Amino acid sequence: MDINLMMSIFPNLLNGAVITLKLLVVSMFFGLIIGLIFAILRVNKNPIFNKFAYGYSYFFRGTPLLVQLYLIYYGLANIEFLRNSFFWVIIKEPYWCAIIAFSLNTGAYTSEILRSSFQTIKKGYIEAAQSLGVTKKITFYRIQLPIAIKQSLPAYGNEIILMLKGTSLASVITIMDLMGEARKINVLTFKPFEAFITAGIIYLFITFIIHNIVKYLEKKYRFQT
Amino acid sequence: MNKFKQLGLGIIISFFLVLSANAGSIKIGTEGAYPPWNSKDAAGNLNGFEVDLANALCEIMKHNCTIVEQDWDGMIPALTSKKFDAIMAGMSITSERLKTINFSQGYADEVASLAVMKGSSIENINAPEGINLNIGGSDVDKALKTLTSSLSGKTVCTQIGTIHQNFLESGDVGKINLKTYKTQDEVNLDLTNGRCDVALAAAVAFTDYAEKSGKAVVLTGPTFSGGAFGNGVGVGIRKGDSKLLNEFNAAIDKARDDGIISKLAIKWFGFDASM
Repeated sequence: MDINLMMSIFPNLLNGAVITLKLLVVSMFFGLIIGLIFAILRVNKNPIFNKFAYGYSYFFRGTPLLVQLYLIYYGLANIEFLRNSFFWVIIKEPYWCAIIAFSLNTGAYTSEILRSSFQTIKKGYIEAAQSLGVTKKITFYRIQLPIAIKQSLPAYGNEIILMLKGTSLASVITIMDLMGEARKINVLTFKPFEAFITAGIIYLFITFIIHNIVKYLEKKYRFQT
Repeated sequence: MNKFKQLGLGIIISFFLVLSANAGSIKIGTEGAYPPWNSKDAAGNLNGFEVDLANALCEIMKHNCTIVEQDWDGMIPALTSKKFDAIMAGMSITSERLKTINFSQGYADEVASLAVMKGSSIENINAPEGINLNIGGSDVDKALKTLTSSLSGKTVCTQIGTIHQNFLESGDVGKINLKTYKTQDEVNLDLTNGRCDVALAAAVAFTDYAEKSGKAVVLTGPTFSGGAFGNGVGVGIRKGDSKLLNEFNAAIDKARDDGIISKLAIKWFGFDASM
């Protein structure tokens, strides 16, 4: 193992890690909004809404993230009509293609996490609210939603970490994220071990930070049942 | 038999499978994604100039050869970690690669070229037909200057870890927006999609794609050789594996004298790219 090489490639990899974090934060943000909307649709009684939400989460959880990324990056770019529309401004950029794919993917998982939290809320809370004359809408936004979010935290922490690892796929659509930089170093130096172990250490460090933030939040917002 | 024993047996059997696959023959690694040098047919079988040549060389060396597929960006590490014994993957002989592996004498050489979609603003670059960076001189300098101004601000795409990437990063063509891809297929896709303004690869890689896909990909500017583009394509072999290196060199001599290399080159490239 060539420690000197690992030290010298470290700054390049850190540049890549910044892109990785950007991808992660932006797609988790959009993913959370998407997940929340679709979780609400999933628990909606209207069959059109909940079937649609179910179909969405079924598709994005049932196909590999890489396939989704290729579909959005190469697939959409193949459609003449889209290329000539204003959408092309977005789809042309690999960065936005990655954000779209990652957001839709994590959105599907997030919606499932939130849905299961909604469904495990004890009936008693809702009944108690209703017996006090609280409207359904307020019950939902002030009681069900906060409980669901708090209960989702541990599972959502896992999802963030899974998504962090998922962002490494961005390198296949020319984005120079942490993995992209590592691959570049690999082809320049022909030393895959050093390139990927250093990248692995940085990924591990980011995971460590995320893990601890989530643990802190879990403690702070623990919901006592 | 309990689960634990089954697992143990499974591990032992898989060890034997791995060992037996390594015994007796030499393995040649190729990419299978760089037509016409090496590619795959619709059924997934490897074909192309180097696949035919590898079989011919093995026949001369009287070796039992298997040709295996390997992604381009892991080609040299796969050789040094003994996944196979030789590389025949359109890999040019360059000083950077020679630091890590050895090369046989060159068996073929072929120029690199830029390509654009028909109708591009740089479809016509005013430059000599071909420039050889080994020779240099004022003509080459002038051509590089023209290229620098033509490519300035353009998105230029190429495959990662290639001589083409080396050239584009050498500073000879000034500041460009460089995008690198895992395979040439993806470069071709993004060139036709319009994400790339211009792409650089072996000239035949583009003409082959244009012919097969029917897309309006056209070559532009001068053809390139020498310098960052290396000195022909040879067989990559591990350092210290001098017996195999000598065997390949002798086999290439014989294949060249017998006209086999020329014949195969004409078959796959349409012209004699042998050397």
